[in-house]
Amino acid sequence: MEDCLLKKIEISVSEAEKRTGRNAVNMQETYTAYLIETRAVESQTEGQCSPVDSLWRRYSEFELLRNYLLVTFSHIVVPPLPEKRAEFVWHKLSADNMDPDFVERRRIGLENFLLRVASHPILCQDKIFYSFLTQEGGWKEMVNETGFQLKADSRLKALSATFRVKNPDKRFTELKHYSDELQSVISHLLRVRARVADRLYGVYKVHGNYGRVFSEWSAIEREMGDGLQSAGHHMDVYSSSIDDILEEEEHYADQLKEYLFYAEALRAVCRKHELMQYDLEMAAQDLTSKKQQCEELATGTVKTFSLKGMTSKLFGQETPEQREAKIKVLEEQIHEGEEQLKSKNLEGRDFVKTAWADIERFKEQKNRDLKEALISYAVMQISMCKKGIQVWTNAKECFSKM
Amino acid sequence: MEPERGEAPPPPCPEPPVSPDALAFDDDEEDLEVFSKDASLAEANPFSPLIPTSPLSMINHYKFEDEPGLRDLFITVDDPESHITAIETFITYRVVTKTSRSEFDSSEYEVRRRYQDFLWLKSRLEEAHPTLIIPPLPEKFIMKGMVERFSEEFIETRRRALQKFLSRIADHPTLTFNEDFKIFLTAQAWELSSHKKQGPGLFSRMGQTVRAVASSVRGGVKNRPEIFMEMNDYMEIFTQKINLLDKISHRIYKEERDYFHEMKEYGPIHTLWSASEEDLVDSLKGVANCIDKCCKATEKRMTGLSENLLPVIHEYILYSDILMGVLKRRDQIQVELESKVDALSNKKAEKDLLREEIGKLEDKVECANNALKADWDRWKQTMRYDMKSAFTNVAESNLQYYEQCLASWESFLTSQTVDLHLEEDSEDRP
Repeated sequence: MEDCLLKKIEISVSEAEKRTGRNAVNMQETYTAYLIETRAVESQTEGQCSPVDSLWRRYSEFELLRNYLLVTFSHIVVPPLPEKRAEFVWHKLSADNMDPDFVERRRIGLENFLLRVASHPILCQDKIFYSFLTQEGGWKEMVNETGFQLKADSRLKALSATFRVKNPDKRFTELKHYSDELQSVISHLLRVRARVADRLYGVYKVHGNYGRVFSEWSAIEREMGDGLQSAGHHMDVYSSSIDDILEEEEHYADQLKEYLFYAEALRAVCRKHELMQYDLEMAAQDLTSKKQQCEELATGTVKTFSLKGMTSKLFGQETPEQREAKIKVLEEQIHEGEEQLKSKNLEGRDFVKTAWADIERFKEQKNRDLKEALISYAVMQISMCKKGIQVWTNAKECFSKM
Repeated sequence: MEPERGEAPPPPCPEPPVSPDALAFDDDEEDLEVFSKDASLAEANPFSPLIPTSPLSMINHYKFEDEPGLRDLFITVDDPESHITAIETFITYRVVTKTSRSEFDSSEYEVRRRYQDFLWLKSRLEEAHPTLIIPPLPEKFIMKGMVERFSEEFIETRRRALQKFLSRIADHPTLTFNEDFKIFLTAQAWELSSHKKQGPGLFSRMGQTVRAVASSVRGGVKNRPEIFMEMNDYMEIFTQKINLLDKISHRIYKEERDYFHEMKEYGPIHTLWSASEEDLVDSLKGVANCIDKCCKATEKRMTGLSENLLPVIHEYILYSDILMGVLKRRDQIQVELESKVDALSNKKAEKDLLREEIGKLEDKVECANNALKADWDRWKQTMRYDMKSAFTNVAESNLQYYEQCLASWESFLTSQTVDLHLEEDSEDRP
């Protein structure tokens, strides 16, 4: 593990609790609060248990934290939060945010989020993050005081940059395509998986009816009765086994969802790059035009059409003093502009370098995690098959005794 | 209702027990004729009321069924062919009979029969043996479902059911020697037509129905013997349960089919994904492959259901109707007796004639009851065997499904963890 916060403290989201309170418009609302526990990593030498610190946070505070991180570390692929509302729900799964299963899965997702941030070499050093984990009161004010909301780039600006940027780094363009594909394919997969889950549920549950009918039928059969009755019991077992199976699969779906949302985080970094690049291009363009204006004024030749030029032609030339003044202003602006361009260039290259390093890091993490997720899916399927074999072996024996 | 184990109740009538084996070699056509028709022909031969077989020979017959080596009549129904005339379109089936029985002139017969012919045979058997359990025929056409009258699926299902019908008759200790059955199996088309035109036919059937309706109007049977009360109660519940099982099984089939369709879409998404993930190609394609295998396994499982369980359950739904009908007909015979007995206590004149008629009817009732009792026991045994096989089949089919899926996921897992170990090893090296 790289050097990070997790080496120093253990973090967990251990509990979830329903609360009622008043919201911003003074209306009563119900929400869930999550208990964040932290503990210093035990020293090897002593068997002493360090004390656990804890505080409660609700989902909206997690969101605030993440938004802060997104703006402050725009070159980092910021880990996503678990979904706000249940999506890709198969019909038996509740879409209710208050549903205990949903809350439980969200708890796990939030813990995962904190662990991801805490294990990130750059993100984990942030003070606001640390306070989120350790400082109960006044945290919200602290975040707002950073003024990060002001630093956030407007959506509109970002959108226009996307369309107008001329020379983005090719790798970011490819990354954007990749993240679109990733999002599209994972959504599709999750949708179909939900339908598959639905159907599987149906197959298992209908078998439960056999249990009931076999039992009723066995009452009128002398020789077949025992076999029928016990087979019926196994049908009940089979039918109820699907609940645990599908609950486990939800965790797999959550693992995929995390990467679905990561796609958005990737796109955020690409957008930032486009914005910076666009800014740079605009600044360069501006500088070029100013230099040109300066040259024209200096040499008296009009190469470019300008309204000023036309009006001055129509209404008379400027005096040499006026022209001098103008040139001086322009030269100052040009100087300033060159400095800015230099720093913007530097910023841009820096961004590309650090962003790309993080993206490489992300790619490796993604490959590891997804491979592991697929393996865990296989393990789940194997377990389901083994259970099925056991039940049907028992049932077969009962049927043969009919 | 269930026979006592190992004990054969003594035959109620003085005739020696007639085993089918004995009859097979009996050259006396007369006995065969009489044997194959039921007690209603006691009218023609009032002094030999007949028991089709005694329970003892019935037990022999079970062994007879389980050991195909002892069977001497084999029937197959195949080769459906469409015939188009100006008036109608219909299908004929080829019926092939192989036999070693001496009463058959040849050892092999091949004829073509259409559904109507099967219907004729069934009604002839019902007339001849009103209290025997005549196997069910597949329905005329299926109202529910979207199966076209002449779709391949429908024809195949019907073909199987028709073959089952004939083999059940062949296995039945009494029905197998029925003359109409023999004619059905052996006669050429024109022979069969002319034979059909003879015989009691339509009117006697109507007569039976009229009598049945009349008896139910009269208020039904007065003193139904306990055993038949039990049979009735049993059949009511059995009918209910078998219909439920039918619904459940069809529903399972539907759910499995829907699952199959979703899985077909599910697998390829992983392959699609692998196109944009350089490092995950093997894992993703591996998963796609497993899902595909599970898909194929599901299809097999569905086929197992539709070929084994569903037809059996359906047959027993039809059987439940047949059995209720048989019980009614038995009741009706008893009603005839009871009404004559009533008439005796009312009328002063014609006492002797009535007494004679009552005597005949008493015999008729007794034979009908015995026929039904024996056939009922046989039917119960067959039902038990059929249900046991069908459900054991389902279990086996599911086991195969899970084993196939397990094998493919396990091999995927092995391939993935082998890779992991290789990766770990290579990381350890400096």
